[in-house]
Amino acid sequence: MREFFYRADFIEVETPVKIHAPAPEEYIESVRSEGDFLRTSPELAMKVLLSEGCQRIFQIGSCFRANEHGRRHLEEFTMLEFYAAGWDYRQLAEFTAEMLNFAAGTNPFFSGHEFITVDDAFRKYAGVSAFEADADDFFDELMVTRVEPNLGREKLTFLMDYPASRASLSRISPADSRVAERWELYRNGLELANAFGELTDAEEQKKRFAAANAFRAANNMHAYPEPVEFYAALERGLPQSSGCAIGVDRLIMLLCGKDDIRDVRA
Amino acid sequence: MYNASDLRKGLKIEIDGAPWVITEFDFCKPGKGTALYRCKLKNMISGAGMEKTYRPTDKIEKPDLEEREMIYGYYDGNQYVFSDPNTYEEFPVSEETLGDSKYFLIEESVCNFVLFNGEPIEITLPTFIEKEITETEPGARGDTATNVMKPAKIDNGFEIQVPLFINQGDIVKIDTRTGTYAERVSKA
Repeated sequence: MREFFYRADFIEVETPVKIHAPAPEEYIESVRSEGDFLRTSPELAMKVLLSEGCQRIFQIGSCFRANEHGRRHLEEFTMLEFYAAGWDYRQLAEFTAEMLNFAAGTNPFFSGHEFITVDDAFRKYAGVSAFEADADDFFDELMVTRVEPNLGREKLTFLMDYPASRASLSRISPADSRVAERWELYRNGLELANAFGELTDAEEQKKRFAAANAFRAANNMHAYPEPVEFYAALERGLPQSSGCAIGVDRLIMLLCGKDDIRDVRA
Repeated sequence: MYNASDLRKGLKIEIDGAPWVITEFDFCKPGKGTALYRCKLKNMISGAGMEKTYRPTDKIEKPDLEEREMIYGYYDGNQYVFSDPNTYEEFPVSEETLGDSKYFLIEESVCNFVLFNGEPIEITLPTFIEKEITETEPGARGDTATNVMKPAKIDNGFEIQVPLFINQGDIVKIDTRTGTYAERVSKA
């Protein structure tokens, strides 16, 4: 995996694991560590590096998400995260598919890929438009029970263009304001990666984090401190870029033919 | 009340006034979405199955279930009457609830009851009971080495399959979980 990134002129970086301010997200809980938190993702720190002039960076390291245990979830897991300035999210998808196929070596499991939009996938497998499902608050249930099991049966499947309300840290598509430049990657019904055409607008980002923190407060989840260094990076200016996060343990699961993520950790 | 985070395989919960047991459990969390708890459930009374997905904010009813040992007493012509060995409280049970178990009840035997809202929904008999064979054709000579079976009746008329060497008047052991012959205890 590293080999592929080196060849494509990526620099390997390492950012702090114990951090002061994780990105406020509606449904991700961080593990507390003394007064701070263990990172749920290295995203904000890596974007600070982008704002300081790094063009292509990747990182492999542990991330922590509280209360996530199951066949496909570990509280501590290994994340591969990478960013490329100047690439759009589609270009990043092509690169990701090539990288995975290369990393799998002679195993053909990651050879070939296809694209489907979130809306098409919902219409095809759940019989409803993704926008309606989102508006009616059934999106996650349908995704888990109807859509996900059908994704990536034959080859890597990129699920493209999430409804704008689920943009997270991605930018709204300039071509269609109903969707965000965000994709997730699936193989055998298992979610492997999440990627964004990155949101670079400081004001819009602050608004979204404020909304996420308000949601957290309303649902009795603790609020997070302001990520001031990240806001400073946005104000300094983030290049147009795309970034992707991959669950490494899940890749190993698939390549080893295991059904339970706990079978592939030490 | 249970919280959704309490859900796990084997947990018994109440839905619309009926007791259900979780037979399969899966924690799901679609990308950036809410955690979801997917359960396969079995109705503890009817045996019917269903699937249900819970969110972290859902509250789930806890069923009033109790396990108790009961002693079988007698058949009153309509129902089978058990009693609690400590309180002597009587628990009449219908033929329907017992099913084929009614053929394997022996006076004074200790049975395990699962009570839901005070009503028996599951009754487990001792695993093995002994019964006398009251009716069976004599086995043909020379066939004793094979595992060929023949029909036989026990005192209450229930029919089981027994090996050819079993004769009328023999005492045999029966597995109450399956209602099948286990071994010969003594010869007539």
